[in-house]
Amino acid sequence: MTVSAPAEAPLLLSDKEQWRRAYRRQRARRSTVVATISTLVFAAVVWFGVTHTPGWNDARATFFSWNSIRHDTPDIARGMLLNLKILAIGEVCILALGMLVATLRTSTSAVLAPLRIFGGVYVDFFRGCPLIILLYLFGVGIPSLQLSWLPKSATVWGTVAIILCYSSYVAEVFRAGLQSVHPSQRAAARSLGLTHQQALRIVVVPQAIRSVLPPLLNDFVALQKDVGLISIVGGATDAIQQATIDNSLTFNFTPYVIAAVLFILLAIPSGRIADAVSARANRRQRAGAVV
Amino acid sequence: MNRPVLEIRGVHKHFGDNRVLNGIDLDVGDGEVVVLIGGSGSGKSTLLRCINLLEVVTDGEIRLDGEEITDPRIDADAVRRRIGVVFQAYNLFPHMTALRNVALAPRVVGGLSKAEADKRASELLARVGLGEKAGDYPDRLSGGQQQRTAIARAIANSPRLLLLDEVTSALDPELVGEVLDLIGELKDTGMTIVMATHEMSFARRVADRICFLDGGVIAEAGPPDQVLGQPDSPRLRQFLSRVVSH
Repeated sequence: MTVSAPAEAPLLLSDKEQWRRAYRRQRARRSTVVATISTLVFAAVVWFGVTHTPGWNDARATFFSWNSIRHDTPDIARGMLLNLKILAIGEVCILALGMLVATLRTSTSAVLAPLRIFGGVYVDFFRGCPLIILLYLFGVGIPSLQLSWLPKSATVWGTVAIILCYSSYVAEVFRAGLQSVHPSQRAAARSLGLTHQQALRIVVVPQAIRSVLPPLLNDFVALQKDVGLISIVGGATDAIQQATIDNSLTFNFTPYVIAAVLFILLAIPSGRIADAVSARANRRQRAGAVV
Repeated sequence: MNRPVLEIRGVHKHFGDNRVLNGIDLDVGDGEVVVLIGGSGSGKSTLLRCINLLEVVTDGEIRLDGEEITDPRIDADAVRRRIGVVFQAYNLFPHMTALRNVALAPRVVGGLSKAEADKRASELLARVGLGEKAGDYPDRLSGGQQQRTAIARAIANSPRLLLLDEVTSALDPELVGEVLDLIGELKDTGMTIVMATHEMSFARRVADRICFLDGGVIAEAGPPDQVLGQPDSPRLRQFLSRVVSH
């Protein structure tokens, strides 16, 4: 039997518990003080170490020129808009293409055997080939064919190269997701009379996407910076291309630092979103669904 | 006599060298409740999966309302539409609410509009005592509630035959009763049911016929009082003493 104490009765702590709590408080205070001091010391050592290198004054002028920051930032930010455009269009195509290839690779029907093989070759080729070479092959190679019915823009073909590369990664992420859905889910769907396609679309794919959201967002963050590689094919001016132009005029590297800061600022919110999504997925799993 | 709903003739199912079913013969009449008992690995689940075409039989034939469903030319999806299945592990779709789970088949397979399917699903959930839980996701429901939702889902398209595969085995003992009561109600509505179970007292109460599977064949069959009361074979006596002692 449990007898509940009156609600407003004050809880009288024993001397021992009071001592334990005081001890824990003291330990916590000490940890805070130690962490603060060690951080300050570390920062001071790094600052002192870097600023007392023999070339610090030159390096500061080359990488952190106030003049360049004022003068070049607007142009580089404008270039960043092109990166954002490629990112937006690219990600949509990557997700669609990735899911298509993943469903092809996980199909079991005999009719689709050639497509299954195609899916395997696709992933092997585009995931295996270094992105920078894909960019040259597509961004420079295809326009050089001078086919009148193909777009000639290096930016378009560079974007295609990025889409092909990333969709092969995303296809494997989706494939893992599709395979992580327990076969009993498919059995339940088929038992209700759903066709193979209906079971896939209504039951399997939505669960697969949920389970691979964190790795998908991770690939998205990686894509955010890799869209900067488009600069190597020339053509339109993105943030990094603009930084290269500014650098070639003044031999100052501050424009690259500016571009880097812009890319990092772009990545931070996506990273936080990815963390939040992972945390939520973990919580859901721990909530203890039986199925 | 009317034609049986389900006719099983000489069904074998082998997984490589593992001969799970070795010639099953069974007729199930309209509105009849047939209970399959037997040790684990005796082939109860495999037989149910063969009836629902989730497994391809190695030999023999199965007829549903006289139509041979083991014919490879048959539209398996169309056959499954006429058979409801409830699994041991519920297998609800975790990304859908209870209502969506139940409304899915009437809408996608039965061709009802979304509003009609939702209405039917609400009625069914109310009937299994879960009218309040329609908007909840499966992980918010207790095991018994999940299994009752799964039963509502299985009967949503008014199947000709309902297959129940050890539907109470995953439940806490205190939740078993609510599911068994529901199955009893289904029997009273005239549903034709084939079920595998370890609930002997329930089998005795609800079954028209009990089949004891052993070594991939139906070793004994008959009314509950006969099979459970005066078992012929030592194997069945041994099985019953083991099950009852637990």
